[in-house]
Amino acid sequence: MKERINYTIHLADNALILGHRNSEWTGFGPIIEQDIAISNIALDLIGQARNFYQYAATLISNSTAEPVTEDTLAYLRDAKDFLNCSLVEQTNGDWAKTILRQFFFSAYQFYLYQHLQNSNDEKLAAIAEKSLKEVTYHLRWSSEWVIRLGDGTEESNKRILTAVDDLWICTGELFEATGFEQTAANKGYGVDVSLLKSDWMQKVRDIFEEATLPLPVETESQVKWFGKEGKHSEHLGYILAEMQFLQRTYPNSEW
Amino acid sequence: MIDEEKISVKKIREILESVNDPEVPVLSIIDLGILRDVIINDDEIEILITPTYSGCPAIDMISMNIKLALIENGHKKIKITSVLSPAWTTDWMSEEGKQKLKAFGIAPPTLKQQICHTELFHEGEAIQCPRCNSYHTKLISQFGSTACKALYVCETCKEPFDYFKCH
Repeated sequence: MKERINYTIHLADNALILGHRNSEWTGFGPIIEQDIAISNIALDLIGQARNFYQYAATLISNSTAEPVTEDTLAYLRDAKDFLNCSLVEQTNGDWAKTILRQFFFSAYQFYLYQHLQNSNDEKLAAIAEKSLKEVTYHLRWSSEWVIRLGDGTEESNKRILTAVDDLWICTGELFEATGFEQTAANKGYGVDVSLLKSDWMQKVRDIFEEATLPLPVETESQVKWFGKEGKHSEHLGYILAEMQFLQRTYPNSEW
Repeated sequence: MIDEEKISVKKIREILESVNDPEVPVLSIIDLGILRDVIINDDEIEILITPTYSGCPAIDMISMNIKLALIENGHKKIKITSVLSPAWTTDWMSEEGKQKLKAFGIAPPTLKQQICHTELFHEGEAIQCPRCNSYHTKLISQFGSTACKALYVCETCKEPFDYFKCH
């Protein structure tokens, strides 16, 4: 049960942290249509996170006497207890970095949810089926932007190349299963992430080619942090400080 | 105790026709396909609803409005259950709902199989302008003022408009 809970929390944390990051653009997007687009993507991700947290809270409540809700999971855990991959917590940087982070992650989530739809856990399968429709839009939008920036001006090309340098190091972690992912895959309620790598690489190859971007070399050192085991970059703490401040200072306050 | 004679699924559905989507106030939850089922148990009415999008902020308000509508009609024990599968699709929108949307100035969704694809930079089917009926329209953004809408502009009458995008 511990593994199933951690696996569900991991899926929730990925969606929440990237949703929060994207929401930092609300009101600051480069043009209003894209401000709205990134805010919509943030909303979809936070909605997906809520569905996973609500399910995790049910699982925890069934196995312990602890009163746990989606809110306590989001607001009252510390950085080391968050199980999101390090890619989603990376800073927004400029528009190119935000776009590339979204593209790398949406491509991953697209293939992940395609498989998770067939999970033998009905709840996880239902959330994946629902979320996949949203992620299809995210992947399309971010793919178009990677092409536009890569194949755009000298400046946009330079910026997205810098983003590749910054973020490529975070992509290896996506396909290296940690303990709870292995158990989840073995028991049929989760996805074997190592199997997603070839589809993901093909997608990156296709989009990069159209964007006239050189494909980064696959290296041994493609994993810098391992957020899925709580070994995060320094950036996560700052996100939590902002996101959790109110609940921790004024416990149980409500909208 | 509920009087079996008086309460029928049909009557409950009639009450729920008055519950609208707060973000698209011309559509009822039945027009939208959000209402999935009505189950009458011994002394409880269970309403099954499904969100349009995972993060749809209207869903909490819709749940509350369902409860209020039923309470106003004398029903006390109400349970609202959210179901995610099968996932909501615009194909569940009623024909009546599509007409109401158009009259409200929002282009109704086209049939799903005609436009939902992942091809990049592809606009898909021409979307008809809800104001002047021209098909000479252009996509501005797949993301609009709410999760369920895309932004278009009509090249004939030059008016921007929302399109309830297929999902």
